Amino acid sequence: MRRARFMTVGGVHAGLTALILVLAVSTARAEEGPRRVIAAGGSAAEIVFALEQGDRLIARDTTSSFPEAVLALPDIGYVRRLSPENLIAMEPDLILAEHDAGPPETIELLTRAEVPLVTLPEAQTPADVLAKIRVTAESLGVRQAGEDLAARTQADLDRAAAAAAALPSHPRVMFVLSMQGGRIMAAGTDTSAAAMIALAGGVNAVDGISGYKLLTDEAIIAAAPDVILAMDRGGDLALEVADLVAHPALALTPAGEAAQVVRMDGLYLLGFGPRTGEAALELNTALQAVIAAGRG
Amino acid sequence: MVALDAGYPLGDRDAQARVAMIALSVALVLTAGLSLSHGASGVSLGSVIQSLATGEQMAARDRLILWEIRLPRMLTGVLVGASLAVAGAVMQGLFRNPLADPGLVGVGAGAGLGAVVAIVLGGLAPVWVTQAVGYHLVPVAAFLGGWVSTLLLYRVATRSGRTSVATMLLAGIALGALAGAATGVLVYIADDRQLRDLTFWGLGSLGGASWPKLLAAGPVMALALVAAPFLARGLNGLALGEAAAHHIGLPVQRVKAVAILTVAAATGAAVAVSGGIGFIGIVVPHLLRLATGPDHRFLLINAGLAGAVLLLLADLITRSIIAPAELPIGIVTATLGAPVFLWILLRRRGMVDL
Repeated sequence: MRRARFMTVGGVHAGLTALILVLAVSTARAEEGPRRVIAAGGSAAEIVFALEQGDRLIARDTTSSFPEAVLALPDIGYVRRLSPENLIAMEPDLILAEHDAGPPETIELLTRAEVPLVTLPEAQTPADVLAKIRVTAESLGVRQAGEDLAARTQADLDRAAAAAAALPSHPRVMFVLSMQGGRIMAAGTDTSAAAMIALAGGVNAVDGISGYKLLTDEAIIAAAPDVILAMDRGGDLALEVADLVAHPALALTPAGEAAQVVRMDGLYLLGFGPRTGEAALELNTALQAVIAAGRG
Repeated sequence: MVALDAGYPLGDRDAQARVAMIALSVALVLTAGLSLSHGASGVSLGSVIQSLATGEQMAARDRLILWEIRLPRMLTGVLVGASLAVAGAVMQGLFRNPLADPGLVGVGAGAGLGAVVAIVLGGLAPVWVTQAVGYHLVPVAAFLGGWVSTLLLYRVATRSGRTSVATMLLAGIALGALAGAATGVLVYIADDRQLRDLTFWGLGSLGGASWPKLLAAGPVMALALVAAPFLARGLNGLALGEAAAHHIGLPVQRVKAVAILTVAAATGAAVAVSGGIGFIGIVVPHLLRLATGPDHRFLLINAGLAGAVLLLLADLITRSIIAPAELPIGIVTATLGAPVFLWILLRRRGMVDL
């Protein structure tokens, strides 16, 4: 709509816009492909930027937060509550949607309005990450860049796997998602945190439950983590090391006694994007330090 | 309406109410037009009329936006807004309590539980269910949940052919607590994504409006809206108390039964298509009572008109305020409506001595 209005408001605007477009197109790259891309899902935006195609994005959803440049784009809302008319009005020539983008009514209307929409595969394992990168690159018409990024990601993952295998012992890691009023919400099985801990060569300390759950004090002590893993981004979920080790139950675990806390960015750690291998390596290095301190 | 007027002299307030009815009808036509012509894309009502007049074909995309997105959304908004407001007015009349809302007959708790079950356990549904309802599992489950809990409450509160509204109110609280507990269990086993879906569902939205949904839920709401004005005489009578109403010859039990079923149908269908939109059922009837009096002959119709206007206006705001994203509509109705309601209460404290 905005473009259309420029055309009618005056030739000057239209001319300038056209000139800028021409310049952008001629200097950026020679590849063909969509130019007005909407990223619906945090890893979609991250992969587009990792492919160095960030300038093709015209909008992103609320869950897209990396890299920082993506935050400057218009926000289309929560990825499962997309508004069909607003999306159509932006005249995208490609929507890169996470597997759970919705609601289904919106996806159906977008299809009927012939808005090109590519749904990315769900990623919970390293192999899925590579598939996601390839699908994204393919839909942007930058297959080679995709192969390169996939190869780099694969190399990172390989290094992480080698480092994980080389650990002399496998520390028990508890991922703490949040502390609500002194109660610990930790990651059980079937979570991206558990997958990440395994990639880094650790053992998830909480194995009896599935998903992110509140733990009782006794369960925390029984889990006996050697290391506490938490997120360090700003906002409500940022947990201070001092708060964690001061928790009465956590303080009684090996991790609490030795104040072994590792904090990493949430999307980096759990996003299963192109930085997965890198994040696993970083966590692995932290685990090595714990073992070296005689706490593993 | 004319038949129901028999025996009631027309006073000042009746004249006021009639004026309000005309004004609200005009407002509804205007807001409906605005809802059709306003949106992120450039399609306007003017361009449609032009294309109709000149016989030119609209671009396929514009036609889709107008007929498949805005029109079903506008009609859903009218029906949902009217249903919620009328259901609220009927409940306040039936329970003779200014705090009554459709939640009291268990619709809200039941529909909420139905929606949570569908969101959290939807993946476990048998194949034939998924094939039959497709991705409309949540609305269908919400509607069924609302109905089942209302019928249950009605059975509990009815003894030897007489429904006690007091029993119904208390049983409704118990049933609500039970549904809340069941919802809590499901929330506990839900994953993060489902939790977020639940939260958004509870805040309501007209965003998912579509023809299939409208064709399924619309007739139920329309039927309830048509039936409601016939309750006016009965509800006016009940204002005197049940015994007095009985003595002036009103079929009290029938009024109660029809009122409860009407509310369950209207609210159940409205909640199913739009999620939980609070506030309209409480505030719209009260505003109208303050403005034009408590006579249900006008109140029920005016509440329907005002509810529709209010929801359409709120929807216009949700669509544009944080475009290209959309705000849940429940946030808008409460943020705008509650302060207005408070202001009116404070200004006219003497009139509403609760």
